[in-house]
Amino acid sequence: MSTLEKTETKKTQTIAANTQISGSQAVLEALIHEGVDTVFGYPGGAIMPIYDALYDYNDKIKHILVRHEQGGIHAAQGFARTSGRVGVAFATSGPGATNLVTGLADAMIDSNPIVCITGQVFASLLGTDAFQETDVVNITSPVTKWNYQVTDATEIPAVLAKAFHIARTGRPGPVLIDITKNAQMQLFDYEGYEKCNHIRSYRPAPIVRKEYVEAAAELINAAKKPFVIFGQGVILGKAEQEFKEFIEKGGFPAATTVMGLSALETDHPQHVGMLGMHGNYAPNVMTNECDVLIAIGMRFDDRVTGRLDKYAKQAKVVHLDIDPAEIDKNVKTTVPVWGDCKETLPQLTALLTPTDHSEWLQKFRELEQEEIKEVIYNELNPTSDIMTMGEVIRVLNELTGGNAVIVTDVGQHQMVACRYAKFNSSKSNVTSGGLGTMGFGLPAAIGAWYGAPDRDVIAIIGDGGFQMTLQELGTIMQFGAKVKILILNNEFLGMVRQWQQLFHDKRYSFVNITSPDFVVLAKSYYLDGNKISDRKDLESALKTMLAHDGGYLLEVMVGKENNVFPMVAQGTSVSEIRLK
Amino acid sequence: MEKQEFTITLYTENAIGMIGRISNIFSRRKINIESLNTSPSEVEGIHRFTILITESEDVVRKLCRQIEKQVEVLKAYFNTNDELIWQEQALYKVPTEVVNEKVYVERLLREYGANVVVIRPDYIVFETAGHREEIDKLTQELTKYGLIEFVRGARIAIIKASAGFHEKLKQFEQQEPAPEIVENEFLDQQDQVFTM
Repeated sequence: MSTLEKTETKKTQTIAANTQISGSQAVLEALIHEGVDTVFGYPGGAIMPIYDALYDYNDKIKHILVRHEQGGIHAAQGFARTSGRVGVAFATSGPGATNLVTGLADAMIDSNPIVCITGQVFASLLGTDAFQETDVVNITSPVTKWNYQVTDATEIPAVLAKAFHIARTGRPGPVLIDITKNAQMQLFDYEGYEKCNHIRSYRPAPIVRKEYVEAAAELINAAKKPFVIFGQGVILGKAEQEFKEFIEKGGFPAATTVMGLSALETDHPQHVGMLGMHGNYAPNVMTNECDVLIAIGMRFDDRVTGRLDKYAKQAKVVHLDIDPAEIDKNVKTTVPVWGDCKETLPQLTALLTPTDHSEWLQKFRELEQEEIKEVIYNELNPTSDIMTMGEVIRVLNELTGGNAVIVTDVGQHQMVACRYAKFNSSKSNVTSGGLGTMGFGLPAAIGAWYGAPDRDVIAIIGDGGFQMTLQELGTIMQFGAKVKILILNNEFLGMVRQWQQLFHDKRYSFVNITSPDFVVLAKSYYLDGNKISDRKDLESALKTMLAHDGGYLLEVMVGKENNVFPMVAQGTSVSEIRLK
Repeated sequence: MEKQEFTITLYTENAIGMIGRISNIFSRRKINIESLNTSPSEVEGIHRFTILITESEDVVRKLCRQIEKQVEVLKAYFNTNDELIWQEQALYKVPTEVVNEKVYVERLLREYGANVVVIRPDYIVFETAGHREEIDKLTQELTKYGLIEFVRGARIAIIKASAGFHEKLKQFEQQEPAPEIVENEFLDQQDQVFTM
């Protein structure tokens, strides 16, 4: 069973059992027992009793006042991604709760462990269209792993224990607990907090079937051209080491999905790049060349597979996943290995015959050379006066050495950052993969910093996405999160523009976006900043940004109509990937 | 794969909102539920859903996996008609004079094993149970004779080879009795809340 948060050893004083406390106190006690020390939230009428209780918990729980509830939940997601712990967000009823929905959908599809607590109108007013009443349980049910409405304070300890257990175990996901105001205020006899570790109708991880592990090993051992593709499951399962031992013993080339980035260090000799629509040339092409495809903790998203009926048809497929619903969902599996990869990978590794696949690996390297020649070299070392997004990432890599946390928004800059950013350690890539939520970057970076305050957190954001959630500059201002904001400004909604250029005869329809003076904007939030448009300033500007003690905004003007290549166009096969 | 009737049987906790969570799984994929029945199961605290859809086996298998993913679902099965014993119930309101005067109608009702539920001077209510086709046929016939009202219940089904799960269910309940459902006392008590 995967537990994201096994070791919360911090001792905090808690209320003894058999005391009378309020529902609100019970909520905060539960958070402390679950090891929560940081909450992102925004108060309002229906959640006021919890905020009133929070007043007395200031020394135990750090509450970050965001500027919009969407910012709060994205921050909780960023926190979860860099810390590996459950992210917590508070919001009030009605609009506060509905503002969480985008973040819940994002966390659901990207498997982030999140617990949201929303206030709700008095139970006596439910269903009366009361002020700020909304049916949040029904609105959020398709985008939560579990949700529940509490109308009686005595339920709170057990319900929150269940919420944390569900959020963090198995395939993690967001949980929302809606608590009516009367339950928050109600006094009850507190019987102490008991963590939940079992729910009879819920099996976090399927039982590992030994015969399937053996069948998988047999298939893999016989393979001439095995190819490993891995996703975020390796990170969520805390199985980075087990994964490395598996590919090293087997000598397999391994490619990552966007969500799997940083699970294996970029420089690993068997790391052959990124899969998918804007992934690398070799792993996409070789997907249709390999004889055994070993998928680990990934879900064959359409952005990874391209056209399904031409995806790896020649290969036998071994799929390791904790979620049985993922098996055969998109790609037919020859041998499914259900279970937590922390458990299944070592079992599989033990059965592997060490094999030398260097000749096969060399084929990936040859294709990589082709991509370098056609795309990468020019992107990273452009000769024209206009800067490219790729060269900004290259210089950033040189300065951080690959040790920074890279948070991205969504669009061209995201794909460029994911393609070129260097990662030395796990939990270093924070991005909205499944939902593709523009506006994710800035608030997620704030949370990412709280989850890893000792690391450099760099939010790479486009000029479009930044304008969706720029209100969170206020959060950085007020609480001093040391987030470095790197805006790559191409004065376009670049990815949509690229599609309009390639697939809609260059009919640019509302992709031309103007921006305010971002540096002045940052200044108005008392944040230092700089804007550059000349290559000669790039390195020093990035150095200044990284050296700055506190939040900082650097805007870099890049080529307006640059495209991200390679590209697997929609409806085509991964092996038809275009280099230009 | 060809579409055919499948009956999905699932066991869930008796939790508020389960119908919504389950039906979302179908509606999200634009799949129509032909009939849905919820009832207690033979084990206290565990509910049984019977859902009828027409889909390919591949789709139904995936749906069941998504259903089982729900935290409060214990188990989901899917079966074709030949693996089941099933019934649907129907009620018919027929004008009394028609039954009195038309011998054919009386015979028809006998033939379909319809039972009288209520007799009034103006109408008689009959009840029958059977397979969908039989009920449909009877309905069609009665429509010709001034059928006043008709309602058909959802399919209920028993899986021929389902002895196994019953034991498991009982084990579940023995080990961990279901938690009591907390009702909304306010909505139950305050009549004035919903008065217009």
